[in-house]
Amino acid sequence: MLQRTIPIAILCLSGAIMVGAYFISSAQSWGETVTTWFNILAAVAFVLGAGNLIAMNLEKISSQRPGWGYAAITLVSFAFMLVVGLLKLGAVPNDKHPDIHLAGSYDTPASPFGWMYEYVMSPLTATMFALLAFYVASAAFRAFRAKNTESILLLGTAFIVLLAQTAAGMFLTGWIPEDSAFAFLRLDKIKAGIIEHVQTAGMRAIMIGIALGIAAMSLRLILGIDRSYLSKN
Amino acid sequence: MQRTTSARGITALVAISAALLAPCTVAMAQAGDAVAASERGWFRGDRTALLVALGVVGIAIVIAIMRARAGHPVKIRRMPALEAVDEAIGRATEMGRPVFFIPGIQDMTDIQTVAGVTILGRVARTAAEYDAKLEVPTSRSIVMSAARDIVQAAHFEAGRPDTFDAGRINYITDEQFGYVAAVTGSMMREKPAACFYMGAFYAESLLFAENGNSIGAIQIAGTAEPSQLPFFVAACDYTLIGEEFFAASAYLSGERVQLGSIQGQDIGKMLAVGLIAVGVVVGTIGAVDPSGKVSAAFENLKSLIGG
Repeated sequence: MLQRTIPIAILCLSGAIMVGAYFISSAQSWGETVTTWFNILAAVAFVLGAGNLIAMNLEKISSQRPGWGYAAITLVSFAFMLVVGLLKLGAVPNDKHPDIHLAGSYDTPASPFGWMYEYVMSPLTATMFALLAFYVASAAFRAFRAKNTESILLLGTAFIVLLAQTAAGMFLTGWIPEDSAFAFLRLDKIKAGIIEHVQTAGMRAIMIGIALGIAAMSLRLILGIDRSYLSKN
Repeated sequence: MQRTTSARGITALVAISAALLAPCTVAMAQAGDAVAASERGWFRGDRTALLVALGVVGIAIVIAIMRARAGHPVKIRRMPALEAVDEAIGRATEMGRPVFFIPGIQDMTDIQTVAGVTILGRVARTAAEYDAKLEVPTSRSIVMSAARDIVQAAHFEAGRPDTFDAGRINYITDEQFGYVAAVTGSMMREKPAACFYMGAFYAESLLFAENGNSIGAIQIAGTAEPSQLPFFVAACDYTLIGEEFFAASAYLSGERVQLGSIQGQDIGKMLAVGLIAVGVVVGTIGAVDPSGKVSAAFENLKSLIGG
């Protein structure tokens, strides 16, 4: 009984404080306190997450499951960054306290931790992000097939917007004077019209729906009506 | 019945707004000064409009919940994305492949993650009933902890507590693209037959969805990030768009009280439509009004509502 009542009470109280803090100037610090509590909780949970990461990868290696080599690399990288970061190995000495090793800066490329982040982690991240370009192309290829009326409209709109983004857009219609009666036929004008009116209107409709959905869901949680996030046993 | 009441309410609102338009011109012109004055006090005067809107929507939802509790009929339209949950998990069971559930990359402080893990409960229960293998890679420790609790509860509900395996719900990393690399790698190796993406997603949405598409998985997504919705719509079989995503947990619960809250949202929508109509009328009159008073009132109305 208490296993469910106490979390609901904490949620109700935290929710009420967060809402109050948004509208009442003097209660703003209460909201910050609640956020601090969450950060403490997250820091404790991080230990749990790190423990799980080690256990999961060790299990993968010991049972030699597919991709166990990646698990070994993960564990070695994790241990290296943890040791170098926590002990501040090779940290750049602090100007004010050059004798105190732990006062040094560890996040500049001059230190091993910063170097690993700058020259290993960042390029890997950028590589993953760069893959997005190819996935956008393949997704667009599927989405822009003229299968029915809606997809033809989508294809036509996308074609205009994409064409207007390129030099070809200006080449095709750039010769129409901006102050003429036919200026609306310029691709850049059509693109601006689509983005400013059609797309914005659609996006705002979705945003209004999202805002209302958030309000309803928050209310269900704060009032304890929706308890599906809690364990029932 | 509910919709009729909403329609009447909004018609009345528009009529009252139109009737009050003339005297409101002066009142709204003074409102700016009042807001500035109240900002200096204990209450954030610049957020009055939001508080009023929140109050109205909140009251509408509470009334809808009370009506549902009192036994009034609650009618909610079908959501194909949620109807397909059983089909997707059933297919994975038949093929002997796992089901992947990805609850986004944000922490439990994000309402989208909360909505995602509530849907996880239903997915996990169905997976437990079908004896399908459910994998939940998470990018936050607290989400992992919450997901384990929910999946375990789902196994108990399904009468299969013995099949719960905490080792299938793992923390990967907080790093966005590190998480993507690990999850997409697992996808390519394990070839899940069904993938669920429910939560807050950013640039990784298309990376997940396209990888899932390439391995032929049934994909069901739900998010409230407007910029990621087109990617999910393009690459997934079903997508819960914005408010549908938040309504999903209530829809899946099947509880009258929770379904009532979805109807309450409709009143909020009608209110938004009414305000847009009032804004259009006032803005149009303001554009042609030579005195400029209506135009000034329109600007004050915009600053009051828009902040």
